[in-house]
Amino acid sequence: MALELFLEGDPIADTKAPTDVPIGERWSERKFRGKLVNPANRRKMTIIVVGTGLAGGAAAATLAEAGYKVKSFWFQDSPRRAHSIAAQGGINAAKNYRNDGDSVHRLFYDTVKGGDFRSREDNVHRLAEISTQIIDQCVAQGVPFAREYGGLLDNRSFGGAQVSRTFYARGQTGQQLLIGAYQAFERQVAAGNIETHSRTEMLDLVVVDGKARGIVVRDLVTGEVTTHVADVVVLGTGGYSNVYYLSTNAKGSNTTAIWRAHKRGAYFANPCYTQIHPTCIPVSGDYQSKLTLMSESLRNDGRVWVPKERGDSRPPQDIPEDERDYYLERKYPAFGNLVPRDIASRQAKNVCDEGRGVGPGGLGVYLDFAEAIERLGRKAVEAKYGNLFDMYARITGEDPYSAPMRIYPAVHYTMGGLWVDYDLQSTIPGLFVIGEANFSDHGANRLGASALMQGLSDGYFVLPNTITDYLSAGPFEKVPADHPAIVEAEEGVKAQVEKFLSINGTRTVASFHRELGRLVWDYCGMERTAEGLRKALDRIPEIRKEFWTNVKVAGDAHTFNQNLEHAARVADFIELAELMCIDALHREESCGGHFRAESQTPEGEALRNDEEFAYVAAWGWTPEGEPPVLHREALEYEYVHLAQRSYK
Amino acid sequence: MQLTLRVWRQPSPQVKGKMANYHLTDVSEDMSFLEMLDVLNEQLILDGEDPIAFDHDCREGICGSCGLMINGIAHGPEQTTTCQLHMRSFSDGDTIDIEPWRSGGFPVVKDLVVDRSAFDRIISAGGFISAPTGTAPDAHATPVPKVDADAAFDAATCIGCGACVAACPNGSAMLFTAAKVTHLGLLPQGQPERDSRVVRMIAQQDAEDFGGCTNIGECSAVCPKGISMETISRLNHDLLGALRAGAVPAS
Amino acid sequence: MLVATVTTQQAGQSAGANPGPKRDPKTGRFGSSVFKKAVMAVTGIIMILFLIAHMIGNLHVFQGAASFNDYSEWLRQVGEPALPPRTLLTVIEIVLLVSVLAHGWAAVSLWRQAKRARPIAYQTKKRVQQSYASRTMRWGGVIVGLFIIYHLLDLTFGVANIDGPDATPYDRLIASMSNPVVVFFYVLSLLALGFHLRHGVWSATQTLGQSNKRRERAVNVFATAFAVVLIGGYLVIPFVVLTGIVA
Ligand SMILES: Cc1cc2nc3c(=O)[nH]c(=O)nc-3n(C[C@H](O)[C@H](O)[C@H](O)COP(=O)(O)OP(=O)(O)OC[C@H]3O[C@@H](n4cnc5c(N)ncnc54)[C@H](O)[C@@H]3O)c2cc1C
Ligand code: HEM
Ligand code: HEM
Ligand code: SF4
Ligand code: F3S
Ligand code: FES
Repeated sequence: MALELFLEGDPIADTKAPTDVPIGERWSERKFRGKLVNPANRRKMTIIVVGTGLAGGAAAATLAEAGYKVKSFWFQDSPRRAHSIAAQGGINAAKNYRNDGDSVHRLFYDTVKGGDFRSREDNVHRLAEISTQIIDQCVAQGVPFAREYGGLLDNRSFGGAQVSRTFYARGQTGQQLLIGAYQAFERQVAAGNIETHSRTEMLDLVVVDGKARGIVVRDLVTGEVTTHVADVVVLGTGGYSNVYYLSTNAKGSNTTAIWRAHKRGAYFANPCYTQIHPTCIPVSGDYQSKLTLMSESLRNDGRVWVPKERGDSRPPQDIPEDERDYYLERKYPAFGNLVPRDIASRQAKNVCDEGRGVGPGGLGVYLDFAEAIERLGRKAVEAKYGNLFDMYARITGEDPYSAPMRIYPAVHYTMGGLWVDYDLQSTIPGLFVIGEANFSDHGANRLGASALMQGLSDGYFVLPNTITDYLSAGPFEKVPADHPAIVEAEEGVKAQVEKFLSINGTRTVASFHRELGRLVWDYCGMERTAEGLRKALDRIPEIRKEFWTNVKVAGDAHTFNQNLEHAARVADFIELAELMCIDALHREESCGGHFRAESQTPEGEALRNDEEFAYVAAWGWTPEGEPPVLHREALEYEYVHLAQRSYK
Repeated sequence: MQLTLRVWRQPSPQVKGKMANYHLTDVSEDMSFLEMLDVLNEQLILDGEDPIAFDHDCREGICGSCGLMINGIAHGPEQTTTCQLHMRSFSDGDTIDIEPWRSGGFPVVKDLVVDRSAFDRIISAGGFISAPTGTAPDAHATPVPKVDADAAFDAATCIGCGACVAACPNGSAMLFTAAKVTHLGLLPQGQPERDSRVVRMIAQQDAEDFGGCTNIGECSAVCPKGISMETISRLNHDLLGALRAGAVPAS
Repeated sequence: MLVATVTTQQAGQSAGANPGPKRDPKTGRFGSSVFKKAVMAVTGIIMILFLIAHMIGNLHVFQGAASFNDYSEWLRQVGEPALPPRTLLTVIEIVLLVSVLAHGWAAVSLWRQAKRARPIAYQTKKRVQQSYASRTMRWGGVIVGLFIIYHLLDLTFGVANIDGPDATPYDRLIASMSNPVVVFFYVLSLLALGFHLRHGVWSATQTLGQSNKRRERAVNVFATAFAVVLIGGYLVIPFVVLTGIVA
């Protein structure tokens, strides 16, 4: 690998998981070995939690309940609107209520394998263990999971799993889980244990004597820039799929919090691992602002196909059975339409690249329910998927009961994020990262219904138990308001705001975001090549330069200014995009969501290179113009044997 | 198509607002309502004008951010959220009036953006089940009859958008509060706090400058999640029961 | 250009924090808007019961002056001599007076709350669901209230009656009902009352927590039918007097 791309740094390792005991005992052993905080002392300690999604909301509620003083920050108007609200499909748990052979070990195994052997065994095992408690907790809070006539919880199988372990609440699992966490959160607000800061965006991390001690925030309503200090800082700020401009994420989802923490010294791990979701509604025009996901559960009954002939422009009803190619069923007879997301997505791209795509621009494949409607009856299909069908009809103006839906892959989830150890602590002591914001337990590819599981596991169960080890040394010395670290950070934020407003160029923030997104999608999207990535790496610095000299930001700094918010987020996306491409270029293998065209089997499947790349790539920040520093964390597999993933 | 928009512009809470006119050409039928506003805003920015502030996030009809009063109807002519409303619901040459939610409980922040934190405070007053993390019994310990679970779910689909308040001639938040009271009150887990929950939530709702409900039903008719009037009846039933039982909230 | 900086310390109160509740919640049971509504519903139902009885009583008019006057007399003598004269009537009057006052108090209080709840009116507002009846509850109630006052002065005390307080109830009735202006006011008020009850019956069912999805339709149909029958029952009297069927 050419040296100018990055510098080789020291290897890095997780030192917190007690590997001297068997994997099934490590989590309880870790809890036992970690130090605790005396209840009387908790009141004296302040914890900043940024984000109120499943991860941040659950963590804030649990820590406040435990007696700490929690300060919570989020950018929407209400904590209930965090992006977790949008998750549709469900949440996994190894309850084995179906008696179909599920177990903690099987969930562990499936997740490690699903992640294409690029996740840590210890973390994944812990996740599988905790999964069952999550369901108990949520039910106790009143989360209305789907139930059967006997009054017990219903399960379904989801995204490539051969057991039914997914708990769901119609097509709104994320909403129901988040509302559960939000209600627990509000209960603590009422009890006076959480101080809330809505419409407040974190714009920098304050590091004092090597420890994370606070954050610089901007009140989005008044424009006021302030610093909040605490004993420890927790980030649960979600994923960065919006670097692609078009994604299934909410418009406000951003990388700013973690990116700025990265610039303060936190390593950013595996930035190139992004998940492309196979079942989204295709793009309809240039004005498109986001992509809408159709729950993956649709693949349980819908059949994916394209015409056999390229350029076949007949309406789908007129294409006879034998001229249709049910390509997933053909290529993967064992899993059929239920292959994991990365495979389903790439296959869709392949058939479209062959010119067999359908709909405007040829970027779409059919998801057909005709057979399901015939087999189950329209009523049953309606009961199961009615709300999704309605959503499709509303957005496209087409009726999915009479003609097949058109779907296309879209960016959906980012497996990369800030590097954390087993305790969820980043490389900056006192900075903990939870939920999608950390590099998470999903390796190179996340299985369906496991992000909700991870967010809640981190928030309710892991962080509240591991943070005590760090806090046992506290409360830490107060940081004075005029501490140089605070002054410097605040000045930096204000200078950036002023800079944006003073450029007064000719292009809108959104136009830069669209251009960047398109570039990253083309070259660092579903399929990556060295050549394409190099192209992107040539272009990104130019975009950055133009952005900082020619962007036009409306309004001023001391009123509610959404354009200014967007500008700051896009500035960070540009920098992140560069790191993503470097990461993607350096990883000369295909794994999970990262498919390098140069590395595939003769049948066109992803080909891993475990010899060279069985590691987590944790990147250290260097100032603009200098190559980033790569720290490798070697991955070892004691319990699940490294094997080429096969869903044939 | 071509449109004339009349949009409420109000730079800040202190300043009086007014309607401003904008003309928009080349609007595609497939655009969502918010995408149409995006297009207008980019134009405004390039013209050196202040873009129109409006709340939005998920653009999938689930986060509840995007409430606008469109031609006098909360979320516009379809019973859905503004982000899920598409321009095919309008015709070429239409004039569209866009206003913020108007309620004493929802002060305007800027233009079409209002402060809905009153809803959070209503939830905070009692819209929860006290279940500290880690104390839960097995999820199957208490079966819940499917009809109850389904009805609770129907009520739990409320996205906190505030359209009910915006549409109610009394500016009442009753449907929102009733949805939560119904969701939790139908589940066995919600029983211990059932009385105090409803008393506290209603007290908070009244304190937030929302009106009282006179069962007009406008709220349910515009609710993007179709929360039913039955929830209001349930809330009333619970409240009267709680008052009879003498449930006075501990402070 | 930027606003002054405030730096907040751990465990301290922050300047950027959200304001707490605007006002302390009213925790007393009488402060609750739902309680006020319940008062309206209960007093409304009491008044409805009276109206049913009153309508039936009024229909004595068809049996002629004697019967009507006897009925009126009977009302004043029930229970005598065990009870003092006018006991029943006084009880009814007190209950009605309390009801109407409580009803009015709750109405005014909720009206004011609703005004506060929408300080700025919409430039454009369309109706999606609300009926004429539900929209006119307040002013309709005011009309009914004014009517009751006039009605008492007219027929009970007779001071506003052309025949004066000394005439028999029957004569006073005929006198009023023969006057087109008075009849116009009666008809108008009765229609207002009809609308008031059309929504009121449904509303009271909801307010008392007795409605649900299955019953919703039935309650509404009943409310309409009830209002029509009741108001119809009242309207026949001015109709028959005016047209001379009863004289
Ligand atoms: C459409 C969709 C469907 C999905 N369906 C499923 C599913 O079925 N099953 C599943 O397991 N997973 C699903 N996922 C993935 C899953 O929903 C997310 O990964 C998960 O909810 C992330 O939760 P989180 O708590 O980490 O972050 P989020 O929920 O994204 O929360 C982020 C929080 O951080 C705050 N924040 C962000 N940046 C800042 C900042 N700079 N300053 C202050 N605050 C900030 C936000 O206000 C918000 O409160 C889905 C995702 C999408 C997009
Ligand atoms: C003094 C004059 C009156 C006024 C000002 C008045 C006003 C009101 C108002 C504002 C309401 C609430 C509106 C609503 O629920 O939509 C109401 C409800 C009602 N009124 Fe009246 N009203 C008056 C007289 C009456 C009379 C004479 C009756 C009956 C005979 C009556 C019966 C009812 C009933 C049944 C309700 C429904 C209660 C509920 O919603 O729970 N009202 N009235
Ligand atoms: C056409 C319609 C009506 C007619 C002909 C009518 C007739 C009368 C008469 C004759 C009396 C006097 C009875 C007596 O003193 O013995 C009376 C009393 C009364 N009416 Fe009516 N009435 C009518 C409608 C109404 C309505 C709509 C209301 C209420 C909303 C009402 C409320 C009363 C009350 C409160 C009294 C006094 C009862 C008492 O003194 O206890 N009436 N009415
Ligand atoms: S009840 Fe309906 S209209 Fe009201 S906040 Fe909830 S979803 Fe919105
Ligand atoms: S419109 Fe208003 S009056 Fe009640 S029924 Fe709905 S809150
Ligand atoms: S933007 Fe989330 S509901 Fe419309």
